[in-house]
Amino acid sequence: MSHPRTLFEKIWDAHVVRAATANTPAILYADLHLIHEVTSPQAFTSLRERGVKVRRPEQTVATMDHSTPTTPRGKDGKIPVLDNAAAAQIAQLETNCGDFGIELHALGSEGQGIVHVIGPELGLTQPGGTIVCGDSHTSTHGAFGALAFGIGTSEVAHVLATQCLLQNKPKTLAITVEGKLAPGVTAKDVVLAVIARLGIGGGTGHVIEYRGSAIRALSMEERMTVCNMSIEAGARAGMIAPDDVTFEYLKGRPRAPRGVAWEAAVAEWRKLPSDAGATYDREEKFDAAAIEPMITYGTNPGMGMAIGARVPAASNPTLAKALAYMGLEAEAPLLGHKIDVVFIGSCTNSRLSDLRAAATIFKGRKVAPGVRALVVPGSQRIKKAAEAEGLDRVFLDAGAEWREAGCSMCIAMNGDQLKPGQYAVSTSNRNFEGRQGAGGRTFLASPLTAAAAAITGVVTDARSLV
Amino acid sequence: MEPIKTFTSKTVVLPTDNIDTDQIIPARFLKATTKLGLGDKLFSDWRFSADGKEKPDFALNRPAAKGARVLVAGDNFGCGSSREHAPWALYDYGFRAVISTSIADIFKNNSLKNGLLPITVDAATHAKLVAAPGAEVTVSLEAQTVTLADGTVAKFSVDPFSRYCLLNGIDELQFLLSQDADIGAYETTMGRKSK
Repeated sequence: MSHPRTLFEKIWDAHVVRAATANTPAILYADLHLIHEVTSPQAFTSLRERGVKVRRPEQTVATMDHSTPTTPRGKDGKIPVLDNAAAAQIAQLETNCGDFGIELHALGSEGQGIVHVIGPELGLTQPGGTIVCGDSHTSTHGAFGALAFGIGTSEVAHVLATQCLLQNKPKTLAITVEGKLAPGVTAKDVVLAVIARLGIGGGTGHVIEYRGSAIRALSMEERMTVCNMSIEAGARAGMIAPDDVTFEYLKGRPRAPRGVAWEAAVAEWRKLPSDAGATYDREEKFDAAAIEPMITYGTNPGMGMAIGARVPAASNPTLAKALAYMGLEAEAPLLGHKIDVVFIGSCTNSRLSDLRAAATIFKGRKVAPGVRALVVPGSQRIKKAAEAEGLDRVFLDAGAEWREAGCSMCIAMNGDQLKPGQYAVSTSNRNFEGRQGAGGRTFLASPLTAAAAAITGVVTDARSLV
Repeated sequence: MEPIKTFTSKTVVLPTDNIDTDQIIPARFLKATTKLGLGDKLFSDWRFSADGKEKPDFALNRPAAKGARVLVAGDNFGCGSSREHAPWALYDYGFRAVISTSIADIFKNNSLKNGLLPITVDAATHAKLVAAPGAEVTVSLEAQTVTLADGTVAKFSVDPFSRYCLLNGIDELQFLLSQDADIGAYETTMGRKSK
């Protein structure tokens, strides 16, 4: 009866309200629903039109991150919202959360931050659960051994109203990374290397499970960086089996179980890792030692390469279009390419360990003349923690900007954006045309690589500064 | 949303691979709190120059493209952000189907809920469509076929439930709301009591 199951299958099976039939997809239950101001307004409208309540407000948590500014607070202690449309969207989330009884971490409050940063921070993100959010980087939460994926606004309405989704079961893809990462090679480089091999559509229809000794050796924050970018290979979800690293991170967090309940939860969570003999629909293997610091050269995250490599030839129309947009010469090196802006932040790389890594490069140095460097913590709690250990001074003394928490220049709908033609090295997750501002050009890389570019003003291998 | 059954339309072709949802609708237009009017912003940075004028070379701006309801696009259409504003914008502009060799998961799900049919065809059929922008095609959701001007008939698959909803112009939320008893039973089993 019981065949060996993968981590994904165990969580899927435990959340099927009703199995798929010939005519209907499975009905899948969502344990936790995270919402934000940009993809929820139309969903609440849909509920109001039908006179439907939120089924499980206590399983729903809201924050503001996408359209919120990250400009430093005014003398009144408030973060100034300059844009009327953004202000209206923010006000609407406040009204919706008030009317429907949903916990909200509002702009400027202690718990506010990027939705995928605050979930784990609060201990809401737990192994074995299903987590959804109207945001494709919901895959981040899979780092805890949860099944977490992004949904559209119609589905946000479905979950608000019924706590359920109609889902066709995805396939499984094992990404196995064995060995030891070289010094100066980070979790961001691992995931950029994975996406460069799979391609931006390579994981479509699949849930990824990252495994192997190199993955086991990552901290929770590093695991979040890896799972975060699963969607950039087309996979809706990325997961890592929970272990002692996971439990250590979660223990004592505000929403984590306590006392006897904690022990019981850990005992259950230990049953989650894939069984010996469980099979995946597909597997890709990586040698950790062969992974170099990575950087993207094109207009999707799959167009990545080792930082010392040369930009490829424009061998097809899509690549030619990308290189033309980026203003890059085919087969030329990227090292030494002049840059205008450095952005350190986003749900990929805005956690304390990312800021500490960047600070090792900034410390005692100055941002290159003419370069704008933004450091944007992922949450108000991270901001406070970073300030407690003096990281803000390191960035400010170097001439970088130290901002309030939010998505900032990753999404460029909040005032933080590139000017047309500018080049940025960014620790975020997308280098699509105009993603960081119309006409802006993005090189994705790790916090170390981004910080190194801020100091030198050109694309730089951070290992040369250590 | 109106039901989709069978319709004939000329095509617009955007052959680029990996057209992401940031291109379909840039993030700065996501401050909307309704679904209306997004068609004006569809492919904004490809359609318009910085001064707001139409770029004459862009496929949607060519006179022959006016009134087209079928978009033929390169591989992996709709990748990236989960923003449902992408299918809203395509629908509002007038599109009722997107044809590609593959379509990204979240975009596909979102489209099926908004009267926009995501169609995946084989490479040979796709190549014919790309080679003939403006040609008429007939899309039949009932038969699950795309018929080209030269008589080529390509089958496509769509999950039966989405097909039923699209054919009848009904939405999935109504169905889910009608499953209250099963959902309640699941919650009881899993120890989730109402508060």
